[in-house]
Amino acid sequence: MEQGKEAELKTVSAQIRRGIIEGVFYAKSGHPGGSLSIVELLTYLYFVEMSIDSENPKWEQRDRFVLSKGHAAPALYAVLAHKGFFSYKEIKCLRHNGAMLQGHPDMKKTPGVDMTTGSLGQGVSAACGIALAGKLQGENYRVYTIVGDGETEEGQVWEAAMFAAHKKLDNLCVFVDCNGLQIDGLVSEIGGPEPLDKKFEAFGFHVITIDAHEFMQIENAVNEAKCTKGVPTVVIAKSVKGKGISFMENQVGWHGKAPNQEQYEQAMREIRTHEKLEKGMGGCV
Amino acid sequence: MKSWRKGWEDVCELVKKATRVSYGEGLRDLFPKYRNLVVLDADLAEATQTKIFKKAYPERFIDCGIAESNLMGVAAGLAASGMIPFASTFAMFAAGRAFEQIRNSIGYPQLPVKIGATHAGISVGEDGATHQCNEDIALMRSIPGMTIISPADDVEAKAAVEAAILQEGPVYLRFSRLASPVFNDSATYRFNLGKGICVRDGNDITIVATGLMVYEAIQAADLLAREKIYARVIDIHTIKPLDAEILVQAAEETGILLTVEEHSIIGGLGDAVCSTVCQNKPVPVVKIGIQDQFGHSGSAEELLKEFGLCKDHIADVARKALQKKTDDTRHENRNLGCAAKARK
Repeated sequence: MEQGKEAELKTVSAQIRRGIIEGVFYAKSGHPGGSLSIVELLTYLYFVEMSIDSENPKWEQRDRFVLSKGHAAPALYAVLAHKGFFSYKEIKCLRHNGAMLQGHPDMKKTPGVDMTTGSLGQGVSAACGIALAGKLQGENYRVYTIVGDGETEEGQVWEAAMFAAHKKLDNLCVFVDCNGLQIDGLVSEIGGPEPLDKKFEAFGFHVITIDAHEFMQIENAVNEAKCTKGVPTVVIAKSVKGKGISFMENQVGWHGKAPNQEQYEQAMREIRTHEKLEKGMGGCV
Repeated sequence: MKSWRKGWEDVCELVKKATRVSYGEGLRDLFPKYRNLVVLDADLAEATQTKIFKKAYPERFIDCGIAESNLMGVAAGLAASGMIPFASTFAMFAAGRAFEQIRNSIGYPQLPVKIGATHAGISVGEDGATHQCNEDIALMRSIPGMTIISPADDVEAKAAVEAAILQEGPVYLRFSRLASPVFNDSATYRFNLGKGICVRDGNDITIVATGLMVYEAIQAADLLAREKIYARVIDIHTIKPLDAEILVQAAEETGILLTVEEHSIIGGLGDAVCSTVCQNKPVPVVKIGIQDQFGHSGSAEELLKEFGLCKDHIADVARKALQKKTDDTRHENRNLGCAAKARK
């Protein structure tokens, strides 16, 4: 990946973070921590990798994305708004009565959302079904899904994993957002799903481990997944919950809480610094 | 009456077939017409009879293994990609185990997943209570936008499979394990989704039945007819949306309803009928069904008799219900008398 491209993606990431914070702030509720941890993954997928058309959200040959950890909806909404699926104004109406943007992704209400999710564990199965439909119908689209590390405590994730490998769904790429935290505390202390790489390997996946915030690593993983035939790929993406907002990073309390006015302003100052920084770097190349 | 139903004189020679077999055959027969159909099962193809489809079109049959939650999720994904999946397993593991997957991944986004639930009700028999699902109608009725079809015989079951394909959104199809008489005539039968069928006319009482109980109800009506009690029998194959018109008319014309279902009296056909007549034409409704209890092992025939899901019990309850109707009428007349006196 060229440095200029990477700087550009970092600027986009800062804008996505702005969307997350604004959405959650105006909603007075929502899940900033797990939204911030998947920003780079979503940015890469939507701004580099996926074939999609905001003018034709239901285009049959499009690549698909399922946000299995549906509570990270603010990140997906910010990305979709920036991609032009709907007006950015909608972000400030997130979770409001009558809004297009529901608390969790809703394929019937929001253009660009490929699958309704929110109940943990279910999105992975749906992603398997979408990948299987691609195989049955001879379509070449690829299917991406992001699962939370806490979410892998749901048994259905493993039913789906067994299915994906057994049915040779090599058009499916599962990202596990390993931010290490869930509502009640450390993932390692609550459900203990690790070692996830070994588990997915045993289930028959091609396993890649990356830093979830490094675009070069994301790019390499996505390309490796595309070249992997006969088995699905899982990308174990080591992330920081609350990434990019200093006081939210690695703080379990920011799983499902909105910032107050003061915290909102501080978060915005930090985001502006990132935006300027990346723009500046991009300009030098 | 010479219509779609075979005459009573033919009854002795009625062939028997389980509606789960009709389901498998229906899927096989309909695939050439609906090429976006895909059939999924959870290691029960031998029992649900989707094996019939599998044999004919193995490339369109997906065995998901013993994992019903994933089965429903995969079906949702297929439906979100332009296909019409039939997700098949026992009623207990579809409506029961995978309720929340059906509710959130299929019902909420209104995806056209067709759930083929076999082995419904007490007539599962020997497998016992863990496999006898008497709660599925209640569970599925509670999901907004879910269509529920419970066919009465082979002819109706096959028609129901095609109706499910044509119906937008999710559909729950309820099939039986037990072979039961094929009393409809395939040459003349027409399935109208959401419309009940008056299979026997009468004005003394209305017996409203679904699934295997429709034929028992017809036989009960014949027993009653010998005593000059003329029962109307309505086959409710679509439990949701329910045919309010035919039920309200029956309430108006016969004054009392008796519902019969191979399902709990809580949340099933009986409750759906009560709710409808209550709001439109309140009349007494007596419910025959599983009386808030679990089943146990035994042959299907024994269990159906034991739990009162047979023609003799239906006829008995109808007689008692009619007595209640007469008493109530007398009571009403007495009250009217009082009111008349008061007005004076």
